[in-house]
Amino acid sequence: MFDFLDSPQYNLLGAFWLTVQLTVFSGIGALVWGTILAGMRVSPVPVMRAFGTAYVNVVRNTPLTLIIVFTSLGLYNSLGITLGGGGDIESINFRLAVLGLAAYTATFVCEALRSGINTVGLGQAEAARALGLGFFQVLWSIVLPQAFRSVVAPLASVLIALTKNTTVAAAIGVAEAALLMKEMIENESDAILLVFAVFAFGFIVLTLPTGLVLGWLSKRVAVKR
Amino acid sequence: MSAVSVTEDAGGPADPAEPLVVLDNVNKHFGALHVLQDIDLTIARGEVVVVIGPSGSGKSTLCRTINRLETIDSGSISIDGKPLPAEGRELARLRADVGMVFQSFNLFAHKTVLQNVTLGQTKVRRTPKAEAEERARALLDRVGVGNQADKYPAQLSGGQQQRVAIARALAMEPKVMLFDEPTSALDPEMINEVLEVMQQLARDGMTMVVVTHEMGFARSAANRVVFMADGRIVEEATPDQFFSNPRSDRAKDFLSKILAH
Repeated sequence: MFDFLDSPQYNLLGAFWLTVQLTVFSGIGALVWGTILAGMRVSPVPVMRAFGTAYVNVVRNTPLTLIIVFTSLGLYNSLGITLGGGGDIESINFRLAVLGLAAYTATFVCEALRSGINTVGLGQAEAARALGLGFFQVLWSIVLPQAFRSVVAPLASVLIALTKNTTVAAAIGVAEAALLMKEMIENESDAILLVFAVFAFGFIVLTLPTGLVLGWLSKRVAVKR
Repeated sequence: MSAVSVTEDAGGPADPAEPLVVLDNVNKHFGALHVLQDIDLTIARGEVVVVIGPSGSGKSTLCRTINRLETIDSGSISIDGKPLPAEGRELARLRADVGMVFQSFNLFAHKTVLQNVTLGQTKVRRTPKAEAEERARALLDRVGVGNQADKYPAQLSGGQQQRVAIARALAMEPKVMLFDEPTSALDPEMINEVLEVMQQLARDGMTMVVVTHEMGFARSAANRVVFMADGRIVEEATPDQFFSNPRSDRAKDFLSKILAH
């Protein structure tokens, strides 16, 4: 019954490996960009705050499919943006998908982090300012480290959502798990329930440990007050 | 915020009345509430000024305006002859010279005691780490918590935390120290250990502005008592004068309430 899984026609591990790569690269991008956005949203500069707020509200409320398709049809086809070097269309699409996923997920990282910033007592920042630290030093040395520790659990949810959202990259032909699943559904229609089960299992293998490890980490790094 | 308000010429370095902190006609509102009304206050180098008064009288706000944790609406504040900058790098530099101790300690919760005391030195003063740690350990010894250096703030008692907070402020070698009700959040048995450190500081000649309800400390350590009520400085006097012979009715009323039993 599991014959088709061994078929050289389907590279199941390869597809999931690409899913992992999409998750890791866009996860890192989202973390960095989301942190910068959160910094903007709490900054004393009105222009920065306005940009952060506008970005988060526009991008967060746009369907991910639209963003991913836009990176391919809008950025690449219309504007010719390939994100560094040539490469074949597959690696261009991969990079575009990472960009789209990171840009989208960063809004959720930003909002999780901002709620974390709100849990850090006002006195912490005041004490740091009273020592003579500037805005960025206060943010980087005092506020963000404590904010991150309090939002590990919500960030785990964002990361799990991101892992599953990478399936949208199938829309622009990135050969990750969902694209392979589509192909297998067409070719193996007699074992369709099995195909679904295999892919569901594959994603659970990726996301369940993420949740468990980060749940443990969140308790481990919690700041005692 | 243009006028520098040092009215008297600063005397020679030996002049005990050399003004260090000068507040001139300072006003501040919280919405409709006029929390600071025409405050004039000059604090000389080496002087210990204790600010007392009923709650809501504006004494904490006054203390916080001196390093601009609270902005003011009008008037001017200058420290060591320089007007308080509005914001940015200049303000940060000035704040480094003004130590502040808070009611709720505000130690950095994710840093060890030692890191709390070295942070300002390394980030603001750019002191090398080894040197900063050496000074931090010396200061922690001085306030009596040297053996707690590697613990986190939450593992310390309130009195220990507040002494660490004092060490953290002293590590910057400030020109003046502001104490905003430093013992109000402490259990009674821990108040004295903090007050003793402050007494020692006062004896060592540190310029101090202390907002407190500890009348004993005011009596024994203050050069001058400033009594505030309803956003105004109602009375200024030496501790002896103030406690034994207050002039204003407001101060008499206040003292009768707190010294009655």
